[in-house]
Amino acid sequence: MAEPQRPPGGEAETEVMTVNIGPHHPATHGVLRLVVDLEGEVVRDLRPVIGYVHTGIEKSCEDKSYWKVIPFVERMDYVSYFFQMEAFCGALERLVGLEIPERAKYLRVIFLELNRIHSHLVWLGTTGLDLGAVSMLWYCFRERDRILDLFEMAAGQRMHTRYFQVGGVIEDIPLGFEEKLRSFVADMPVRVGQYLDLLDRNEVFLRRTKGTGVVPRERLLELGVTGPLLRAAGEPWDLRKTFDYLAYPRFDFKVPVGTVGDNYDRFRVRLAEMVESTRIVEQALDGLPEGPFIADDRKYVLPPRSELSTSMESLIHHFKLVTEGYRVEPGEIYYAIESPRGELGCFVLADGSAKPARVHFRDPSFVNLQAFRDMSVGTYVADMICSLGMLDPILGGVDR
Amino acid sequence: MPDAPGLELIRGEIEQDHPGAVVDTSFAQERAVLVVDAAQVLPVLRWLRDSPGQGYRFLSSLHAADYLPAEPRFAVHYELLNRDRVERIGVKALLADPAVGDQGEGPRTDTLARPQAPPGQDPQSDLPQIDSCVSLFPTAEFQEREVFDFFGIVFRGHPDLRRILMPEDYVGWPQRRDFPMGGEPVTFTYNERNYG
Repeated sequence: MAEPQRPPGGEAETEVMTVNIGPHHPATHGVLRLVVDLEGEVVRDLRPVIGYVHTGIEKSCEDKSYWKVIPFVERMDYVSYFFQMEAFCGALERLVGLEIPERAKYLRVIFLELNRIHSHLVWLGTTGLDLGAVSMLWYCFRERDRILDLFEMAAGQRMHTRYFQVGGVIEDIPLGFEEKLRSFVADMPVRVGQYLDLLDRNEVFLRRTKGTGVVPRERLLELGVTGPLLRAAGEPWDLRKTFDYLAYPRFDFKVPVGTVGDNYDRFRVRLAEMVESTRIVEQALDGLPEGPFIADDRKYVLPPRSELSTSMESLIHHFKLVTEGYRVEPGEIYYAIESPRGELGCFVLADGSAKPARVHFRDPSFVNLQAFRDMSVGTYVADMICSLGMLDPILGGVDR
Repeated sequence: MPDAPGLELIRGEIEQDHPGAVVDTSFAQERAVLVVDAAQVLPVLRWLRDSPGQGYRFLSSLHAADYLPAEPRFAVHYELLNRDRVERIGVKALLADPAVGDQGEGPRTDTLARPQAPPGQDPQSDLPQIDSCVSLFPTAEFQEREVFDFFGIVFRGHPDLRRILMPEDYVGWPQRRDFPMGGEPVTFTYNERNYG
């Protein structure tokens, strides 16, 4: 879009007005408050005010034994809960030196990638809503519901599943899951094509996204921005490719990048990521190895239910794990994975007791939000709303 | 990751330019960490960022931790990343609690009772201080505010050091280990006005 122009001749138009947007505003994607200095319709300065859903999760984790921390951290970024679980469980596994079985790695990849598609679907639906493409929400949530059905089938819960455990996953996938997942995987690329048909030839959508909210790649890197925002600016940086975690090096997938780094590129990158995620799920399903789905280490992993009535040792282990939990030798770890929004890092400090001394999440939404000022200053207020949608912050993750 | 000998090489090179800056190194769980003196953290970060052959230009995360019984008590962690070589290195700046001095023995546990001066106005002799790295890594702005908010660590030279997640008028540093768990009194202004 063209550079915002001053209306001809009006001196009165140069007055700067400070407007408060939020915290309760549908277009702020959660309880985000924006204090915006407006000159006419042009944004001259902007300050995000956050903390409205700060619930002290990191502090609460210090009072929970390690295995009880998992459901807590899931509730930070409530749209990508599997990623929080993986960040925390992975950090702990590295801290105690626990190797997880191959099948668990593949199962984790399947659920992480399904969660990535789910997260992008929520983003696409709500951002479409902001931009006037109301029907997108229904189409996206239709597919999202199929993913939630799959989560429910495997874990018993649609959201906040607590499916990942330290050492693997809690249960193997049930009978009929694979068939259902395969039909979803076959459908999803078609659906993404349909979303593209709906939006990519929509004049209103194109005019609002193309050329708006551009931030140069160097500036994004300075601001620590990661994930689709950075890739849309042309930087092929994806932790799944660069760091070796889970089974990602074994899968063939592409890292979509943009060229301009405007809101349109962000939209296209995320849509392409959904297709790539489906490819990863498909490959993981094809290559899913047989074997145990959780590590066989009784010091960290609950014994199978069937053993409790026959083995005294298992009963003791079970009792110790459930009451006190396991103790972790003093040490600290930082483990980062690629979440739908960028680098999700988990810092765990162990002090030798059964509870962590510090759990900190480097949430990508929190860090990426700093780029919002650069994206919006000098643009129209309507473009600011578009940029916020494309930034895709989850305020539960921002405030933790 | 630099391996353990690589880490010692880095330490040796920093020692040449900034003697005494690196206090210790640790290499555990494939994670290389330089433990540095808080007073010299900025030169070390700049060296790691700008030296040819190092190039840790991306700050992934900045966070703090409270090692309460230990002395010095606090540490600010910097997770640096070299995106070309895909290597991470941690920098851990140790910070003593200046409030310990006035009592003589052991860390004080009455964080809540301690009067809190608004940031940037009084010299906060009561709070641990460290140089802000926002000039090197603009991404640290929110993260340093978060550390200040939760640990009461003052970042000298930060452009806008205010609380970020807790309410502006909040008293106390909630993530410190001696801050009590649970029980946050909620004041309802209606009750205060009518029955208070």
